Amino acid sequence: MSEIPAELRYASSHEWAKNEDGTVTVGITAHAQDAMGDLVYVELPEVGQVVAAGDEAGVVESVKAASDIYAPVSGEIVEINEALEDEPELVNNAPYEGGWLFKIAMSEETDLDNLLTADQYQAQIESE
Amino acid sequence: MSETKLIFQLSQPGRSAVSQAPKAVAEDKLSAIPAHLRRQQKPALPEVSEMQVVRHYTNLSSKNFAIDKQFYPLGSCTMKYNPRGANRAAMLPGFLNRHPLAPETHSQGFLSCMFELQNFLKEVTGMKGVSLAPMAGAQGEFAGVAMIRAYHEARGDEARTEILIPEAAHGTNPATAVMCGYKVREVPVGKDGDVDLEALKAACGPQTAGLMMTNPSTCGVFERQIEAIAKTVHEAGGLLYYDGANLNAILGKVRPGDMGFDVIHMNLHKTFATPHGGGGPGAGPVGVSERLLPYLPTPMAGQRDDDSYYWVDTDTLPTSIGHLSAFMGNAGVLLRAYYYARSLGRDGMIRVGEFSTLAANYLLKRLEAIGCTAAYPDRRASHEFILTFAKEAKELGVTAMDIAKRLLDYNQHAPTTYFPLLVPECFLIEPTETESKEALDEFVDAMAAIMEEARTEPDMVKEAPFTQPVRRLDDVKAARELDLTWSE
Ligand SMILES: Cc1ncc(COP(=O)(O)O)c(C=O)c1O
Repeated sequence: MSEIPAELRYASSHEWAKNEDGTVTVGITAHAQDAMGDLVYVELPEVGQVVAAGDEAGVVESVKAASDIYAPVSGEIVEINEALEDEPELVNNAPYEGGWLFKIAMSEETDLDNLLTADQYQAQIESE
Repeated sequence: MSETKLIFQLSQPGRSAVSQAPKAVAEDKLSAIPAHLRRQQKPALPEVSEMQVVRHYTNLSSKNFAIDKQFYPLGSCTMKYNPRGANRAAMLPGFLNRHPLAPETHSQGFLSCMFELQNFLKEVTGMKGVSLAPMAGAQGEFAGVAMIRAYHEARGDEARTEILIPEAAHGTNPATAVMCGYKVREVPVGKDGDVDLEALKAACGPQTAGLMMTNPSTCGVFERQIEAIAKTVHEAGGLLYYDGANLNAILGKVRPGDMGFDVIHMNLHKTFATPHGGGGPGAGPVGVSERLLPYLPTPMAGQRDDDSYYWVDTDTLPTSIGHLSAFMGNAGVLLRAYYYARSLGRDGMIRVGEFSTLAANYLLKRLEAIGCTAAYPDRRASHEFILTFAKEAKELGVTAMDIAKRLLDYNQHAPTTYFPLLVPECFLIEPTETESKEALDEFVDAMAAIMEEARTEPDMVKEAPFTQPVRRLDDVKAARELDLTWSE
């Protein structure tokens, strides 16, 4: 069973979100990267772009598939993980650490409440 | 089998192959080309003898997995037998030596074949007009959605910015919509493989330019609510696009025009048995309903009152979305398809639909009986069907990819794997009507043996293949470090 850190929040579309004083770091879960297989390309949003929760904010591509990344919360993109341009495999190797995708300055704190807890996400992937 | 060198690695200065050598070109012909456009250095072509060329490519071709050698149940690709007669017809010198710029009077035979092919395809699909111009399925899609766009724009309806696409769709569908300047909105597919009609209703609105659908869908089942779907999209003012990659299942049985579609592309290199694979030349004709007739891509074959044929081009059809390539489609592929259609006739086409569906359902039932899991167990297959190995992946650690690789050792081409993305660890299996029952049974035997191996020797299956010129290829490296140019 893949790792699902208890302190993070999750979108049903398999992104994780970590809130630090209103700045939310976003990545894809260990389960998602495992289902995708080895990534070959990551497309990230632009810094400064304003997104609403549920908007497309990037694409991850593996040899098997391409999959959209959705912003789990609304706000402005303040930082992207530039290392992924040359090393998309970071997402496979460390989905919750070096493989983070982007950071959002959250505009609606309540967006977080709409995300799943670790237990709820665990239940979702078990039912899939 | 030993590792084959690249033809470049066989090169020795001064060697040449007489029959491959270019004819000497007289200097006065070259002088028409301005000096600055002529290359200064000779191209770095391999210098090899004729014998080396023949041996090199014969050896390579024998390493291929190919429809001429093996069962090839690649789902969504319709790898059926390519009749040799069609090839012979397309290779007649009168066709081969016809220059695309030759005057119409010199091309009457070719034009008449193309005119008739347009009419056959109209009849087969129930559409009002057909253009043979697109050179692949994806280009047919591009032409189709460009016509949808031209239609809305001609009516001044600029608010339509979205194309709806069911989540099971082939990747070329969303790519096409984006190429044509649209936003893609995904429509969910239910557990039974049918589109979620309520979700579709909620997604439709004044922003809807159209819906792209494959029916039978890429889930290998016939969409049962197609009439309700057509009504929903039409009521919202959108047009209906039919991805005809799966036409084989319904050939002679149901017509997209009768289902209410406005535009369709066909993959003649699938349904009409022309050779394909490896990105080779294709043919993706488009058919349209009445309201899209003005926008068909050119050139098309037209017939005058005196029965002579001519090229319909943008001078006679100025509303056309225009050319998609320098000339009209891939002539040789279209001729093969023409021969195929003529040799089958109406009754033959009906039998194609029936036998491709029968072959798929027979294979599905037999594979279920040996313990494979169908993705849609309650549905009858169309001409293809999906198995899922999610259970094997979880319990035995043997994935769909491992089973696919092991099939090669049993001399069976692997089915399409991991498509559609919707179904985890899946195989999409399409046997086609041209396979015998014995060939289908051999595939079942191979699958039964592999399912047993997965239980008893999973580690071995994970290492497969063992009998091929290469083991597992590094797909990731190939994608990340694509390098297609030879250099020392
Ligand atoms: C469902 C579907 N649509 C479209 C296409 C695109 O056709 P082509 O490969 O000729 O561009 C394919 C091809 O595999 C397909 O399976």
